[in-house]
Amino acid sequence: MSSVAITPEREHYLNKEYGISSWLLTTDHKRIALLYLVSITFFFFIGGFFALLIRLELLTPAGDLVQADTYNKLFTMHGQTMIFFFLIPSIPAVLGNFLVPMMIGAKDLAFPRINLLSWYLYIIAGIIYLHCILTGGVDVGWTFYTPLSSGFSNTKVIEAGVAVFINGFSSILTGLNFVVTIHRMRAPGMTWSRLPLFIWSHYATSIIMLLGTPVLAITLLLVVFERAFGLGIFDPTRGGDPLLFQHLFWFYSHPAVYIMILPSMGVISEVVPCFSRKRIFGYHFVALASIAIAVIGFLVWAHHMFVAGMSLYAALIFSLLSYLVAVPSAIKVFNWTATMYKGSISFSTPMLYAFGFIGLFTMGGLTGLFLAALGIDVHVTDTYFVIAHFHYIMVGGAVMGYLAGMHFWWPKISGRIYPEGWGRLAALIVFIGFNLTFFPQFVLGYVGMPRRYWQYSQEFQVLNVLSTAGSTVLAVGYLLPMVYFLWSMRYGKLADDNPWNATGLEWRTASPPPTYNFDETPVVTWEAYDYENMPLPQEVTLER
Amino acid sequence: MSEHIIPTRTYYLIWISLMCLTVITAAVAFVDLGQFNTIVALSIATLKALLVVLFFMHLKYTNEKMSKVAVISALFWLVLLLALSLTDYGWRGAGAV
Ligand SMILES: [Cu+2]
Repeated sequence: MSSVAITPEREHYLNKEYGISSWLLTTDHKRIALLYLVSITFFFFIGGFFALLIRLELLTPAGDLVQADTYNKLFTMHGQTMIFFFLIPSIPAVLGNFLVPMMIGAKDLAFPRINLLSWYLYIIAGIIYLHCILTGGVDVGWTFYTPLSSGFSNTKVIEAGVAVFINGFSSILTGLNFVVTIHRMRAPGMTWSRLPLFIWSHYATSIIMLLGTPVLAITLLLVVFERAFGLGIFDPTRGGDPLLFQHLFWFYSHPAVYIMILPSMGVISEVVPCFSRKRIFGYHFVALASIAIAVIGFLVWAHHMFVAGMSLYAALIFSLLSYLVAVPSAIKVFNWTATMYKGSISFSTPMLYAFGFIGLFTMGGLTGLFLAALGIDVHVTDTYFVIAHFHYIMVGGAVMGYLAGMHFWWPKISGRIYPEGWGRLAALIVFIGFNLTFFPQFVLGYVGMPRRYWQYSQEFQVLNVLSTAGSTVLAVGYLLPMVYFLWSMRYGKLADDNPWNATGLEWRTASPPPTYNFDETPVVTWEAYDYENMPLPQEVTLER
Repeated sequence: MSEHIIPTRTYYLIWISLMCLTVITAAVAFVDLGQFNTIVALSIATLKALLVVLFFMHLKYTNEKMSKVAVISALFWLVLLLALSLTDYGWRGAGAV
């Protein structure tokens, strides 16, 4: 069907104004979300490029593609780009920005200009970081561990530190905006227990952003000061303590994992009820589990330091607390599964990603429990087991959730339907590619291959070849959605207001929405996820 | 939600006292007080933080419940950071994993 508009086009946030300045000076949360979408996609491909170079080097046991020094830079910049410039902002800054006001029936976020400011801070940080990459890069690991970072590395540590420092403020401002918006801007009738779980998880994420990020910022500033002016904070020869850096760094960086995974959990909590046509099982438990994760997530940081030389007493306490944080995550997994029980499930693309999320996140979480056990942790610390574990959480979990959300809300964002057949195919390719890449790494780590080396002994090669092969499959799986999303913006079928027959407020306005989201402020008189009273969506047709 | 108006003079006074306290911190650093080096420095820093929060951030004049929640949770998180770190620093000599 041709997409040429016959009737005069309705005004919405995309066609209201045209031109570069209408985007760069916008305060519309939906447009800022798209600015973020473009920028984080850019950094995703830079981080992905580093990842492919790493996997290529590890195709053979010898260090033949790059030298050790270059390899150190590759994994450092892969980690920093992906974590600080893609994963942390991914769902909150794109989908959160777009959806938080719409889901609670508001016209915009509480501070629209601060929202734009946070994007500019992100861009300034990104430019500094790009400059760092292009003028030699940084090699201290994404963790900036002292004394390497503060004294010994002769790469661009200060520049990278400043970039992450500035980027932190972007994240703080986003968190602040969400908290105030959720408290102050809810539509009449939108009580706390009627909030979509996506909102609850973004509320929890914002708490972490607000309370954790300043600690990271000040810690990196201290590293910069120690490096530049010889301050004795972490350097033992000046009376400092190198472990203090690790305590402060992980006080933010463990909760940061929840900044990445909680928003994904929010997406899954929207997708699963919609494609099971059932109310979510145990709404209050899922909502409060988000808050519990945000709080308990702050009590477990030193499980990254079990072999670093801290006290045995601390190790025991942190091991115990780390087991505790698994409980609310498990509650969520059980509740999503229970939601599907006896539901009328359809296997649309977002649901396929949601299945992927639940399975892979569970594997990542359970191997996290292995690592929380002191005895096993000593054995597998700094091996590929750890790499596999956190990629199951961050890629298998967070990125799967991000893709689920992008597909679920794409009709709302763009006003177009993406090609469903291609969507399902890509979801399958991502799932297969992901497991092929990272499952062998569990085995590699368990049999003793250390992380962060550019060469390895002969017996590890077969598994490494599998992993590299998987990474190319995964790359195809990630490129596909980008291609068909762009394609659908011009050629996709026009989406109606509520193509999935979902219950959220964001589906009760036009696709794409008008600039102020709703023509009239909605009044909410129903509970969230009222799928019992919703008609089934029209049969989704596979294109060709 | 009436906004309390604070005279500009108060702001200047607070700013001057913050500067004085900074000078005192620097001056004290040249005197060796033994164990009290850290205690004095941290006490002055706490006093400065208190001035900033009470006056510059208007906490003294607000009755908003949410502001109190924000302050209390920020302090609580600081206590978490310090208390759990002490499980390491307090028992460092007692052996590691
Ligand atoms: Cu952790």
